[in-house]
Amino acid sequence: MSDTLKPENAEQLLQAVQWAVAEKQPLEVLAGGSKRAYGRPMQTAATLDLSALYGIKIYEPAELYMTALAGTPMSDIDAALAEAGQQLSFEPPDLGPLLGGAANAGTIGGVVACNLAGPRRIKEGAARDHVLGFHAVSGRGETFKSGGTVVKNVSGFDLSKLLAGSLGTLAVMSEVTLKVLPAPEKIRTLLICWRTDGVYDHGAMTAMSRALGSPHDVSGAAHLPAAVAARSSVDYVSNSGGGVTALRVEGPAPSVEHRAKALTETLKEFGQIEELHTSNSKTFWQEIRDVSAFVGRDDLPIVWHLSVPPASGAKVALSLLEELRGEVIYDWGGGSIWLALAGGDAHADEVRAAVAKTGGHATLIRAPVDVRAETPVFQPRLGPESDVTKNIKIGFDPDGILNPGRMYQGV
Amino acid sequence: MLMPKPDETVIARRQELADALRDIVPGEGVIDGAEELRAFDCDGLMAYKQLPLIVVLPETTEQVSAVLKYCHKNNVKIVPRGAGTGLSGGAMPLADGITLGLSKFKKILDIDFDNRCVVTQPGVTNLAISQAVEADNFYYAPDPSSQIACSIGGNVAENSGGVHCLKYGLTTNNILGVEMVLMNGDIIRFGGKHLDAGGLDLMGVITGSEGLLGVITEVTVRILRKPETVQALLIGFPTMVDAGNCVADIIAAGIIPGGMELMDKATVHATEDFVHAGYPLDVDGLMIIELDGPSAEVDYLVGRVREIAERNNASTVKTAANEEERVRFWSGRKNAFPAIGRISPDYICVDGTIPRKKLAEVLERMAGISEKHGLRVANVFHAGDGNLHPLILFDANKEGELERAELVCSDILMLCVEVGGVLSGEHGIGVEKRDLMGAMFTEDDLKQQQRVKCAFDPGHLLNPGKVYPELHRCAELGKMHIHHGKLPFPDIPRF
Ligand SMILES: Cc1cc2nc3c(=O)[nH]c(=O)nc-3n(C[C@H](O)[C@H](O)[C@H](O)COP(=O)(O)OP(=O)(O)OC[C@H]3O[C@@H](n4cnc5c(N)ncnc54)[C@H](O)[C@@H]3O)c2cc1C
Repeated sequence: MSDTLKPENAEQLLQAVQWAVAEKQPLEVLAGGSKRAYGRPMQTAATLDLSALYGIKIYEPAELYMTALAGTPMSDIDAALAEAGQQLSFEPPDLGPLLGGAANAGTIGGVVACNLAGPRRIKEGAARDHVLGFHAVSGRGETFKSGGTVVKNVSGFDLSKLLAGSLGTLAVMSEVTLKVLPAPEKIRTLLICWRTDGVYDHGAMTAMSRALGSPHDVSGAAHLPAAVAARSSVDYVSNSGGGVTALRVEGPAPSVEHRAKALTETLKEFGQIEELHTSNSKTFWQEIRDVSAFVGRDDLPIVWHLSVPPASGAKVALSLLEELRGEVIYDWGGGSIWLALAGGDAHADEVRAAVAKTGGHATLIRAPVDVRAETPVFQPRLGPESDVTKNIKIGFDPDGILNPGRMYQGV
Repeated sequence: MLMPKPDETVIARRQELADALRDIVPGEGVIDGAEELRAFDCDGLMAYKQLPLIVVLPETTEQVSAVLKYCHKNNVKIVPRGAGTGLSGGAMPLADGITLGLSKFKKILDIDFDNRCVVTQPGVTNLAISQAVEADNFYYAPDPSSQIACSIGGNVAENSGGVHCLKYGLTTNNILGVEMVLMNGDIIRFGGKHLDAGGLDLMGVITGSEGLLGVITEVTVRILRKPETVQALLIGFPTMVDAGNCVADIIAAGIIPGGMELMDKATVHATEDFVHAGYPLDVDGLMIIELDGPSAEVDYLVGRVREIAERNNASTVKTAANEEERVRFWSGRKNAFPAIGRISPDYICVDGTIPRKKLAEVLERMAGISEKHGLRVANVFHAGDGNLHPLILFDANKEGELERAELVCSDILMLCVEVGGVLSGEHGIGVEKRDLMGAMFTEDDLKQQQRVKCAFDPGHLLNPGKVYPELHRCAELGKMHIHHGKLPFPDIPRF
């Protein structure tokens, strides 16, 4: 049976890691466990469970920051922010259901460790852009901190960037400080409902590029091919009968009115434009954010996330769908492709070859454990980049105590 | 300023090194004449000067790689240099080091409107990027006041900000890709025209690393569409406390202005005398707030800001009547440094960040510091994000004034840290704030940062003596300190 350590404060966390270091006992680090099925599978006898390290420590809406213990559930964080009319602008997704688990099980530490971001990534950045500072215990069994609570800070190396997206392989964060921002007063979504037969994905890229290059401050740009659109719980989208491209504008009411109108004018040559108001918009963008269309799809068990230059989105996705059976969702103006595939093989070589043509990276998000064990889940690092990655791991966790191998073999 | 002891054996090999470098960078690219070296003896922190051993100005990434490989093999230190406008001494030369300047990397390589990015060489100025895309109504958002001169490579190395970074972010939030040469000559690329790293975010840690991790040879930046309209308000307050409260109230109302700058009385008078921007002289604090977006949004927000300002006792609230007047509002702020230069023979520009709510307290205590050391302090702030730029006025020709100015500077920075802020908001640590790092970080914090250095440059050959007060050898930093933990811990819940 696996041994689970569940520290209740920073001191106990330090002791737990120090014990693991002394015993050379690798640890699986988790909090909500919502993303346990993400990354390379690991064999660790002991688990470090951070779920008892929870609570919002400081929340100062007027200072635009919040400090929370790493195991604080996202639902608590969202509730506190909503009360003050604020939000985490990078729109952290809840990938629990996509990965076959429960909804709302995520924690703030997990969101940062995975550097997740939703549709607003194109405008506001990812988790990495919102972490102002943290406290952590390294795989050396030492407590350290970096950053602070203020947005402007060039005082030493920005270790927050390094820890964001490191999947707990470098250090265990005990608390994080995040930048928070006002939530928009109003949201409007414009839908281009494609009536043409066949493939409109290229047209969608052009339309999204036009919208994102406009002065109308678009904060979400997604495209759903017909099969995906049909699965939306928003009627306007599921009943459209074809592919749907969605563009979001948010902000003060008069501004949203104005921009929605101007954007409609900009886009009318692409087809008929429908509008979603605030409530439907929220539902719709949450579906995009959480990749809801691929939740529970036993017919498409493999899910990849590709990040590519936005204008190349359709080219990359369509070339893959020519060879492989699956479906795609485009977000980030085409720069983000969620690719769901049939069958037991992840087709990593095909996927990575397609990405290599335009530049970018591909991450295997969902796959059965045996597939993840034999597929490079994260974009393989080559040459000097691989050397530096390994050296950094050695600097933080020389004995490979923390989530060993979760990102890369030996890292 | 105490720097690591120069290596005399390297200095003795100067001619040999210059010859070898000329084989790599032919023509005018290697400078070793004393007169010409003088042009490189300091950066924007002019109080500290040092002649470099040699200056090399390569033109291609391959040359940079060959230079670094050679220096790596020969154990010679390198100081990367962009335009030399840095204010913390990051590009200050070393007596036994080669200054590697990127000034010949002057080409914009690719303008890609479909992917909304520009690929550029590092020596291109910040402003030149915006100018290259201006005709198509795009721009590059981070806009340091030095933007006509500073290089984009230097911006990445310092994670520079500008008046618009409250709304649009710092350099780190606006770059997509970097090509960099490691000290051993390896060429490494991070990112590209796509988002996020897909592995460890190495680009994130390079940004703001002050030339300690590698030499940046190419940058891909995100460009944004210009807003439809831009409007500025000039708001005067009878006290700085009122001004500080107004800043807090605007943010609390959910408004994130494009820019929100604050100047104190001394700065207002100095700039008004210099550029005649039309600033009211009967105020203690003067704020410039810029709002951008569609006119419907800007008009709406101007109304709300006006209301908040009036509630905070504003004595003047003026909205720019036209573009010309908006530019004039800014002209004073943008010329604040040279304006101070007119009223004082020398000045030091401090750069700390504080939580916004501490503004009034910090101002008051800063006045005390100024009085204690008998030197005047003028204040400009990026008020929206709590980034202070107190300017300490002194005369280097007067006995002891530089030393006193340095004391004022460190007292102010310690105050910033004490109230929960940080040592540098955007100018970096360099040599200037190096010895204060211990006030913000513990020994373990600093060691962990230096282990990142070891992952890139284990021999400490890149820009040594900057940022970190003490150079620990990487072998020393790598050692494990085992705390003999015993199981079971009675106090950790286990399952
Ligand atoms: C009048 C004035 C106003 C200023 N206003 C602002 C402001 O508003 N906001 C702000 O953030 N800063 C400001 N600065 C500071 C300065 O302009 C910035 O720090 C700028 O980014 C430095 O760029 P540079 O090309 O001059 O770099 P340099 O001064 O040459 O170098 C700065 C640091 O970067 C390293 N470096 C430079 N190029 C490279 C490269 N290619 N690869 C690796 N390392 C490199 C150097 O080693 C050094 O440590 C101002 C400076 C002045 C003089």
